[in-house]
Order: sequence, then structure tokens, then C-alpha cells
Amino acid sequence: MSETAFLDRVDFAARTGEDPNRGRAAEVFRAHGWPTRADEAWHYTDLRASLRSFDLTLPTHDAPDIGGMIPRTATPKVIFVNGRFDESLSALPHFVRRFDHRAAARADRALPLVSLNAAVANDGIQIDVSGGTDAGTLFLISGTDTPSQDMLAPFHRIAVGAGGSLTLIEVIRGAGRYMHNVVVEIALAEGAVLRHYRLQDESIDAVNVTTALVDLREGARYEAFTLNCGAKLSRYEAHVTLSGPNADVHLNAAQLLAGTQHGDITTVVAHRAPHCASRQTVKSVLAGSARGVFQGRIEVAQQAQKTDGYQMNQALLLSPDAEIDTKPELEIFADDVKCSHGATIGAIDPEQMFYLRSRGIPEADARAMLIRAFLDEALEPVTDEEARSIFEAAIDVWWQKGVL
Amino acid sequence: MLEIKGLTAKIDDKEILRGIDLTVPDGEVHAIMGPNGAGKSTLSYVLSGREGYEVTGGSVLFNGRDLLAIEPEERAAAGVFLAFQYPVELPGVGNANFIRTALNAVRRARGEPELDAVAFLKEARSAIKALKMPDDMLKRNVNVGFSGGEKKRNEILQMALLKPALALLDETDSGLDIDALKIVADGVNALRGPRFSALVITHYQRLLDHIVPDRVHVLASGRIVRSGGPELALELEANGYAGLEAA
Repeated sequence: MSETAFLDRVDFAARTGEDPNRGRAAEVFRAHGWPTRADEAWHYTDLRASLRSFDLTLPTHDAPDIGGMIPRTATPKVIFVNGRFDESLSALPHFVRRFDHRAAARADRALPLVSLNAAVANDGIQIDVSGGTDAGTLFLISGTDTPSQDMLAPFHRIAVGAGGSLTLIEVIRGAGRYMHNVVVEIALAEGAVLRHYRLQDESIDAVNVTTALVDLREGARYEAFTLNCGAKLSRYEAHVTLSGPNADVHLNAAQLLAGTQHGDITTVVAHRAPHCASRQTVKSVLAGSARGVFQGRIEVAQQAQKTDGYQMNQALLLSPDAEIDTKPELEIFADDVKCSHGATIGAIDPEQMFYLRSRGIPEADARAMLIRAFLDEALEPVTDEEARSIFEAAIDVWWQKGVL
Repeated sequence: MLEIKGLTAKIDDKEILRGIDLTVPDGEVHAIMGPNGAGKSTLSYVLSGREGYEVTGGSVLFNGRDLLAIEPEERAAAGVFLAFQYPVELPGVGNANFIRTALNAVRRARGEPELDAVAFLKEARSAIKALKMPDDMLKRNVNVGFSGGEKKRNEILQMALLKPALALLDETDSGLDIDALKIVADGVNALRGPRFSALVITHYQRLLDHIVPDRVHVLASGRIVRSGGPELALELEANGYAGLEAA
């Protein structure tokens, strides 16, 4: 019985010391249980059903060797092994500190997975880029290889001070059967810039649920791209609040899924201040009997006049058994806004295929080219060369898995 | 040498080619003229291997090889090139990347060494210059936002770089002004030689002022109804296609 029984095995007092927040968070999660399709926000993704075969525990064993999962780079890096910070592998810059448990996520009745993370998170990092400084590029790498069915629950907090900037490249890889429940809190002060690139390439037997909670003050900019290609079930849920005027978010994502993979991208962009712009391009490439989900809500508050919102969601189905569920939602209370959204679903265009093949390009290569072209627009925010090459390599490997 | 014998083909149960017999020796350029709906484009698609056409009879040999038995990419590697009447847009695919991928695929299939990015760009730039194309042609996405004339010139650029042994030009003159027409014709003429042959499919005679064919064939109702020298094109221009279909 995987339900929430594993919570009974957690000695909260021992894990958290004086922090009463955790016990409360555990109660909030216990009261809700794993999300099911009965939860509106989880209508297309039944987490409870997919965890039914798991016997989750919290990790206790020694760290495995995850060397092969770490990109070779001279860039400063923070490395997590089985959900725990690994100091010997990491090369920490001065603005990164290890998790302070008092900074953990708070229980949230609307976000059960955040409550669960708040209850059991035992590691994470805090990034503090001071105002006016460019902190360069930082890798945040997560490598997992567990013999037991661990639930890993890191919590990270990223703060960029006024006028500061950072490029964060997340690489998440793994082997084995586990659940990753990640929460990332991001606070961008006035005029701060965060470029956040994320590759989720978990073990094919794993479950990854990541919640990003992002707040932008006046003139801040969040340039994000996430690529999901791993995990048997993944959900990337981003809540972005534009709380100061002239803030700008680019929240792009792509997923490459095959076999029986299930990938869910859920976003809520809340315009709470005037003159903000949000742009989202989300692409799903689905092979086999994979299932993709995109839920994208744009909320425009009454005071958020001159909002410029754009959302485009496109799916490329490579097989008749693949499925995409898409649910765009606009909720607009201001009267002087520009908001558009669109969704397309299609297959590879036979005209384009013939054009490429008539030039001598073999069928498999032609298909790979067209799929890469389909993803191109989503990759637009990725201006960092190192990040781009990591994504290109992940996309290349996907073709080679024989999904085509 | 291209040898087409008794070729019949249909699309959606509609017979379009009704027994084409045509031989194009190495080094020769032949023009195929004919009214709309005669089967001109179908012929070029069947030769290049587009899906959706069912060959119901006949044979096509190119340098002794059965073209109809091989995939479109294998035909390209064998030297067949189709200049599309309506070149296809490929959003998200850079023109340079596309042409280099094609060129190297063909070179690989022919057992020739692949071109690296530097060597390719050098060749491509000189071809672009010869075709009087704008410099940014290579940087843009394939045919996206191209004018009609630019699309046709992009076809000729690909042809110039792929150096086919048999070019099929499907109404490459349509939508071109006279300057662009000359540029396209120069591109074809530059390839002419003992190991290059071409089928120039056109509705109008004017392209043939610039690409002077060795032979002209008239295609009507899925058959070649007349063949002759370049003077046949002039005669058709003067008298039209009326009456030919019954021939």
C-alpha cells in the first residue's frame, strides 16, 4: 500500500528538530493523499495510479557512483546524488549555500506535492545572487541510482537581487525505480534576470514531479526552457507570478515521449501588475503510445492592464496510438490586454518528408530533421551555448533510442 | 541515359500516365510541353518517387538501374534531382544545414568524402554569387518567407551544389520575371555537359529561349503525342495545344 503509508515511517521530530512546519505539512498532505483525476488540476495525470506499484521509502543507503550522469564542464556546479547534496563532486561558487531546513517550502492545500516536499525535504540549495552582479552560469545536477524505491524530495530556493543575473542549467538523470518530488522557489527582484534551462532525463522507471514557484518583481525577466524526455511519468508544474510592472517571462517547454511514457506540463502564469509580458511555446513529440498533457492557464488580474500574453501549444504525433490532452485557459479581468493562445496537433507532413528525401536525405534522418525543426521555436530562449549543446545531445539520443 | 518505356501511372484510381515512351541520352536536354492536366507534373513525381502515385505498368531505367524500385533518397544518390514546381517550406530548418545535410547524404551514398562546414560554405557562397542570390539565403529557414522567384532560385542553388546527372525541372519558369528566368536558365546551362541530362517541363516556350533543348516532346492526355527539335516549341507557341490531344 503506497498511498501515504510511507509517511508513517517518517520520524518527523528526528528529521526536523524544532521545525513544526513539517508535521503540519505532512498532515495537509495526508488529508489530501496522492492527487488523482478527481483533482481538477490533475485531471489528465493520475499520480496515485502510477505510484500504486511503488513501495516508497525515504533514502538511507550510501551514495552510488553517478559519474556518467554528470556533464563534463568547467562551469561551477552543484551536484545532488540520490537527492542529497554531494560536496566532493560539487564546485560551489560563493553565492550558493546548502539548504537551511528552516527555508523549506510551506504546506499548500492547493499543491499537495509541495506539502509533501515540505514535510520530508531533507536537502537542497539556496542560491543568492546579490543585486547588480552577474553571477555567470551555474549547473545544478541531479544524479540518481537507487536500489530501493526512494522518494527524493529536494527543495531549492533561488533569489536574484535587483539588477542581478544568473544562468542556471539543471540536468536531471537517473537509473532505477524512484520518485523525485522537487520544489524550486524562485524570487527575482527588480530588474533581475534568470535564465533557467532544465533537462529532465530521469530513469525510464522513475516518476518525476517538479513544482516551480516563481515570483517576478518590477522589470524582472525569467527566461525558461525545460525539456522532458525521461521518466515513466513526469509532471512539470510552474506557477509564475508577475507581481511588478514591466516584468517579462518566457516559459517554454518541450517533451519527447515514447513507449508508454506520460508527460504533463502544467503552467499557471498570473499577471498581477500592468505592462507585463508572458510568452509560452510548448511542444510535445509523442511516439508509441505515449501520452502528453499540457495545461496552461493565464490569469490576468484587474489591475494588470496592458498585459501581453501569448501561449502556443503544439503536438506532433508520430504514432496513431499517441495521445495529447491540451487545456489552455485564459482568465482575464482587465480590459486593456492582448492575450492569444493556440493549439495544434498534427503528424509529420508528407510533403516535407518527400522534399527532404528527394534531396537524398534518408527517411529516418529526414524525420529527425523535421522533429528537430518542430522543436526549434521552443528552444529559442536557450541562448547559452553549453545548455544548447546539452539539449541538442539529448534530442539526438532520443532518435537513437529507436523511437522512430 | 534515361529510358522510359510504356509507363502508366494513376493517382486515386485516376489514370494520369497512359503509356509514356521517352529516351533521354546522356548530355541531352529534353523539353516536355503540354497543356494543363496532361500529366507533366505526374511524370516528374513518378520519376522522383513521390508517394501517392501508383505505377501500373512500364519501366524506367536510369543508367541501367530500375528507378521505380528504389526510394526517393536512393534516386537522389543515383543522380536524380527534381526542381519542385512548388518548393516546400521547412520552418525551423536552416537552408545551409538542409543543403549540406543533403549534399553529404548524397556524397556518403556515392562513397565520396563528406564536406565539412567550411568547405561547404565556400562552395555554397560561390554558387549563390553565380545565381545572384542574396547572401542571407543560406541563413534563412528553407523557403520560409521566400518570394516565388527566390524559391525557384533556391531550387537551382540546390541543383548546382548537388550536381545531378538527371535534372527534372517542373515548371521552374512559372512565376519568374525575365531576369530571374535568365538566372535559372544560366544555372541549368552551367551544368550542361556529357554527363548531365535534363527534362525541362514547361507550359510556355519562353524558358526554351534560354535553355535550348535538344528535343521537344508534347505530352497530352498522358501520352507523348509529338516529338521534334527546338522548332516544335515555336510551332506550339504559335498554334497552341489545340488539336494535339486527338493526335
